[in-house]
Amino acid sequence: MTSDSSNFDLVIVGVGGQGAVKVSDIIGKAAVSEGMNVRAAETHGMAQRGGSVVNYVRLGCDLGSLIPCGSAHGMLALEPVEAMRYIHDVAKDKIVVMNTSPIYPVTVTSGQCTYPDPQEIVARLEKDYRVVAFDAVALARQAGNMKTLNVVMLGAISSYLPIPEETLVECIRNMVPSNTIDTNLKAFRLGRETTRQ
Amino acid sequence: MEIGTYPIPEDSVRQFLAKTEQVIVIEELEPVIEDQCKVIARDVGFETEIFGKADGFLPRTGEFNVDICIEGIAKAFGIDSCECKPAKQDMELPVRPPAMCPGCSHRGTFHIMKKVFGEDAVFPSDIGCYTLGIQHGTVDTTLCMGASISVASGIYDAGEKKPICCTIGDSTFFHTGINSLMNAIYNKSDITVLILDNRTTAMTGHQPNPGMGKTATREPTVEVAFDKLCSAMGAEFVEVVDPYDMAATEDVLERAKAHEGVSVVIAKRACVISAAREGIRYTPFMVDTDLCKGCRKCLKFGCPAIEFDEVSKKASINSMCSGCGLCVEICTFNAIMEVKK
Repeated sequence: MTSDSSNFDLVIVGVGGQGAVKVSDIIGKAAVSEGMNVRAAETHGMAQRGGSVVNYVRLGCDLGSLIPCGSAHGMLALEPVEAMRYIHDVAKDKIVVMNTSPIYPVTVTSGQCTYPDPQEIVARLEKDYRVVAFDAVALARQAGNMKTLNVVMLGAISSYLPIPEETLVECIRNMVPSNTIDTNLKAFRLGRETTRQ
Repeated sequence: MEIGTYPIPEDSVRQFLAKTEQVIVIEELEPVIEDQCKVIARDVGFETEIFGKADGFLPRTGEFNVDICIEGIAKAFGIDSCECKPAKQDMELPVRPPAMCPGCSHRGTFHIMKKVFGEDAVFPSDIGCYTLGIQHGTVDTTLCMGASISVASGIYDAGEKKPICCTIGDSTFFHTGINSLMNAIYNKSDITVLILDNRTTAMTGHQPNPGMGKTATREPTVEVAFDKLCSAMGAEFVEVVDPYDMAATEDVLERAKAHEGVSVVIAKRACVISAAREGIRYTPFMVDTDLCKGCRKCLKFGCPAIEFDEVSKKASINSMCSGCGLCVEICTFNAIMEVKK
């Protein structure tokens, strides 16, 4: 399973606490169980404190874990401004799956900076990329827990990953707290439906 | 070849250099391996050209990424690097620095410390979550682990007349703060040492430390008592306070500031992340919009749970509130109160 067709370099961005690292873990483990080589690089530590987070997951990759600028095959953005901040990592015309619900940094709430209109971000991204943007917070709520936002987003990007849906579902089952499995699986389904092709 | 050890594997490097005319060494920070390779090449009498940082092909500062490496390799070997980089997007984005968590006791401690010692005081600090206090103007120096106390006593010895209050976390204090504190006391510094005891090593992922009574494998063991330890080293002013109690904290810090010699204050309150993991829950707070005057004083407190609505010109508290209640004290108009169940 290391042929070129299954290579996929994914950039996952978000805000510390949204569960970006968890999504990287689930995708990575799912790919490994499919026999793919995986390289990944994650932002740790400071991430827990609400900072900007960028993770790289390289599926079917034998080399380094960092994705060269402008060559990623897709982006999973858990937060709109963070999508814009790291969009230069993604190759033109590739897929960007983005949550439109913002998390305001302290610099915004305290009035030092302003937050751009998320719809303006979507419009800018649509000029150069294939964009799927939706309010993932609403879907996470619908699934039963705001914290499943990351799994909603995982569901949405899953349509583009070279990993079978069942394998991802199995990994979610094994990797989320046992009392939240049903909620997370519902979140995954709701997310997946947004991009079902 | 990839080198992952130091000292470097000399035999392998020698064999590698023997069959190459030009080599570029790619390593972050100082050119340690680059220099070693040059020494080996010279000792053996190889003519191999070794490129890297000495000739400026790679930077000595910052983290490397793929593009920095491509550019360095291209320049060193005189080949064209592909200019396929996408244009940088030009939308102005708000910066998102990491912040102390909602409910973090350090935020309250720093607020009171600044109030008592004054904006003009000297605040040496250390390495941990509390380094994020730099955004609150309460971190003047961060050198290396344990240096807050030695920097504070050094500044005092250099003749500084402004009040000096240094901050250091519990695990950092055990790591290398004890020796610095002993030195400060023994050599008669007049400083305040504020130990921010959040009962864990939070920033690196909640590893146990000797103040917790848990071994590295989390088995119960003896707990090192900060107050007894500091007293044993000769500190004459040693007090423990709960930083969630802002009035008590202010009182202790006022007395610590007035004390001549080294005063030690231990601000003891479990990290909100550990507390949440242990199932401790407090009632969250809310803003009474009738009482809120929109003065933004609470926003300056820098808690990620406090927001401001530009339309209604009122503050509000979001779902991240952990119920520490510190902002209640900040509000002049008593507009912050517990959410009624």
